[in-house]
Amino acid sequence: MTGASVPGALARACRAVRPAGPRDAVAGVMPAWVASPDSADEASALLAAATEHELAVVPRGSGTRIAWGAPPSRCDLVLDTLRLDRVLEHAAGDLVVRVQAGVTMRRLAEVLAAAGQQLALDEPAGPPNGARVALPNGARAGSPTVGGMLATGAAGPRRLRYGTPRDLVIGITVVRSDGTVAKSGGKVVKNVAGYDLGKLYAGSYGTLGLITEATFRLHPLPAATGFVTAGYAGTPAATRAVAAAAASDLAPAAIEIDRPGRDAMVRVAVLLEGDPAGVSERAAQMRGVLGAGTATSDTAPPWWGAVSPGEHTGSPAERTVIRISFWAGALPGVLDAIDTSASAAGLDPAVAGSAAAGVLHAVLGAGAAPDAVAQFLADLREALAGLEPGFAGGEGPPARASAVVVSAPAAVRDIVDVWGPVPALSLMRALKDQFDPGHVMSPGRFAGGI
Amino acid sequence: MTVQAMVPRMTEICGRDGVVTDPAELRTYECDGLTSHRSAPALVVLPETAEQVAAIVTECARAGVPFVARGSGTGLSGGALPHADGVLIVTSRMRKIIAIDPVSQRAIVEPGVTNLAVSTAARPYGYFYAPDPSSQVVCSVGGNVAENSGGAHCLKHGFTVHHVTGLQIVTPAGELTWLGDGTGAAPGYDLVGAFTGSEGTLGIVTKIVVKLTRIPQVITTLLAAFETTGAGGAAVSAIIGAGILPAAIEMMDALAIEAAEAAVACHYPPGAGAVLIVELDGPEADVRRDSAAVRELCRQAGCTEIREADDPAERAVIWAGRKSAFAAVGRICSAYIVQDGVVPRTALGEVLDKIAALAEASGVRVANVFHAGDGNLHPLVLYNDASPREAAAAEEVSGAILDLCIQHGGSITGEHGVGMDKSRYMPKMFSADDLATMQLLRCAFDPAGLCNPGKIFPTPRLCGEVPGVRRGVHPLAASGQAEQF
Repeated sequence: MTGASVPGALARACRAVRPAGPRDAVAGVMPAWVASPDSADEASALLAAATEHELAVVPRGSGTRIAWGAPPSRCDLVLDTLRLDRVLEHAAGDLVVRVQAGVTMRRLAEVLAAAGQQLALDEPAGPPNGARVALPNGARAGSPTVGGMLATGAAGPRRLRYGTPRDLVIGITVVRSDGTVAKSGGKVVKNVAGYDLGKLYAGSYGTLGLITEATFRLHPLPAATGFVTAGYAGTPAATRAVAAAAASDLAPAAIEIDRPGRDAMVRVAVLLEGDPAGVSERAAQMRGVLGAGTATSDTAPPWWGAVSPGEHTGSPAERTVIRISFWAGALPGVLDAIDTSASAAGLDPAVAGSAAAGVLHAVLGAGAAPDAVAQFLADLREALAGLEPGFAGGEGPPARASAVVVSAPAAVRDIVDVWGPVPALSLMRALKDQFDPGHVMSPGRFAGGI
Repeated sequence: MTVQAMVPRMTEICGRDGVVTDPAELRTYECDGLTSHRSAPALVVLPETAEQVAAIVTECARAGVPFVARGSGTGLSGGALPHADGVLIVTSRMRKIIAIDPVSQRAIVEPGVTNLAVSTAARPYGYFYAPDPSSQVVCSVGGNVAENSGGAHCLKHGFTVHHVTGLQIVTPAGELTWLGDGTGAAPGYDLVGAFTGSEGTLGIVTKIVVKLTRIPQVITTLLAAFETTGAGGAAVSAIIGAGILPAAIEMMDALAIEAAEAAVACHYPPGAGAVLIVELDGPEADVRRDSAAVRELCRQAGCTEIREADDPAERAVIWAGRKSAFAAVGRICSAYIVQDGVVPRTALGEVLDKIAALAEASGVRVANVFHAGDGNLHPLVLYNDASPREAAAAEEVSGAILDLCIQHGGSITGEHGVGMDKSRYMPKMFSADDLATMQLLRCAFDPAGLCNPGKIFPTPRLCGEVPGVRRGVHPLAASGQAEQF
């Protein structure tokens, strides 16, 4: 940092720069300034100025997930994207939308719904027809921005059918740390011209530059949705039901599981979308697949898409949320690994998530001692690494599961490795060095200290 | 080191029958599916294991010799065009299906496994591998990963990149490493997504984890005839606009129909100016409803005849004309260029009209066979290869079609790749900053620039070179491994 000249340089680059306040802290790290560019050009000038003055920059949208990931090792300037708030082009006939990064998902959903379309990610309002999605451990309430959703790679229950942001982004515009504005992809769904940088920036947590604009593939809103729910007294019966639902030819859009505690009733819910008559016909068939004690509803169960389902998990800011990804066939082994590791640490996490898509969240409340959480995480990672593959031959990827701390109170975050082991870390470091040679973009937030 | 000096070491690695040095045999590898570009490699190796690939690449890296990977050689953009002074690494002997895990909906395969073989192996479990390029009987999954291959059914089911969750690769430095963990949600950058579609320029894939897709309850195929491609295009827009997402929507124009009729007697409605093939898959009730809606929308768009087939044999009859179209066109002319542009689907009608006008003005015949649902055009530009004048005119029309695609907000390639063929068009679609930023990815994986050099990018800067600033001779230029222009 070069002192007094900095605000002048920033002010010349952008009309909206102000000193940071306490609410601008990023995972406990206090920035000096907040700048709100209203164009890619302003963002470019800002980043060039910041880099010249060796300022560390953290992009921020709505701030709903600003506490996700590791705290930045440095943060001088928060780059607020909320003024990049235009829906640039909704080509309804092409099922494509091009938006600036600061548009909120809620607003985008409204614009698209007017044409009977959706960006098929479960945020902020979840699937249509009133299903509720709680934002995991949001530092701020409100709807996330398109840029934040993309940068965190977040997705909800319907990832089973539609995938995650990386699967739906077809074009992206970014500003690199030196101020270079670059785009890749385009606005047609089918396009293999050049490298697909959208994949790289999706889930990159602001470490490769600022996303200013993105283009997405859209889907029609389904004519009808239906939920089939069931409860099981034990985990084995529930995991068998999940596998049976996934193996059926009833085209489930999502299969969710919810277990508030180790000995609690395990709930399973399946989402069906499509033709109204077809949905009710398939719902009846799905009840047969799930076994006794099932119910159907056209609205989601209250716990749907929520990653904090426990009765005693405390307020969001106090929770530790751990995301566990795995090969779906390993679901019983993963639940065993969670239970064994949690018992050893004297903990009883709530577990919920997209069981058939291989994503679960383990949630611990305020009562969990940081040391115990750290022990649980370490044991869990070890158990996941030792999971037997569900098939013959050891020739697949050496790691087939991971546990990442999505968010946690500072006392936990400070004593754990938030990201854990990551495959091909040396290539990721090489990428970071190429895209952000000065390591000024969200330094320290990402896997491997990137 | 010359490539010839590497032969003993390569023979150690691959065995005598895994190394090709005979000039006549080398020439059989001189091109891929794009036969207009030819260059025989200095050496061909046929490894059988990932470890062998790693050892081969390590030798190349050490010697500063460029290398190119090749699967089945069906690519249409020259992506596997060999380097005349380099090693061609052919993965066709790596064709083991390592595992099928139906509960996880995953398979692990070697790169030389053919696309169709994955679906065949998964079928007993009720699954298939969704990306289906039309060469799927022979093309390799490794090649599909390199090109991010699509196919007729990617309209609904997505491209290769949506169905790959883990890759074992040999980096251009010769290191064997896994990208992703097969879950599709591994922590860290999405290197699987960045690698897929990188056209063999970031490394060589040696194992692939793919997603398997549940075989749908019902599949039905409709064939609708129209007087003009414009009317067919209107039907496509209406279908998509109605919120229907078919598995595939294909279109053929009169010239393509005529060629297919002559080749395979597909008995499409006589006199049709265009036919649409619309395939619907999914739960039965949904497919029935959508089928009725598609019929009605086609009628409203002026369709003259409509047929529907829902058993495999009858569906195959409808598809026969479409699947034979490229080869069939080869029977009505001595040569043709396959184009692969993309336009927003709402611009289809307008662009097709403009292509027709281009063809008429230049006297060049253009047959249109394409993936209408996603706006991916495959105009076949016909010419007589004995006439240099006709060949030049065809090349010009082909280039003008790409310009049209770019003008309408589309792309120069939807699924065939940039490769050798289209690198010169990249600056029309991307700025110098866009291309320089893409190049950073290349430099992170392949700083020495040895992995499939000369593809995708028009004369890229060398890694580490700052634009506009020359700081003496780059080490690659100094050592004779690269030239600067």
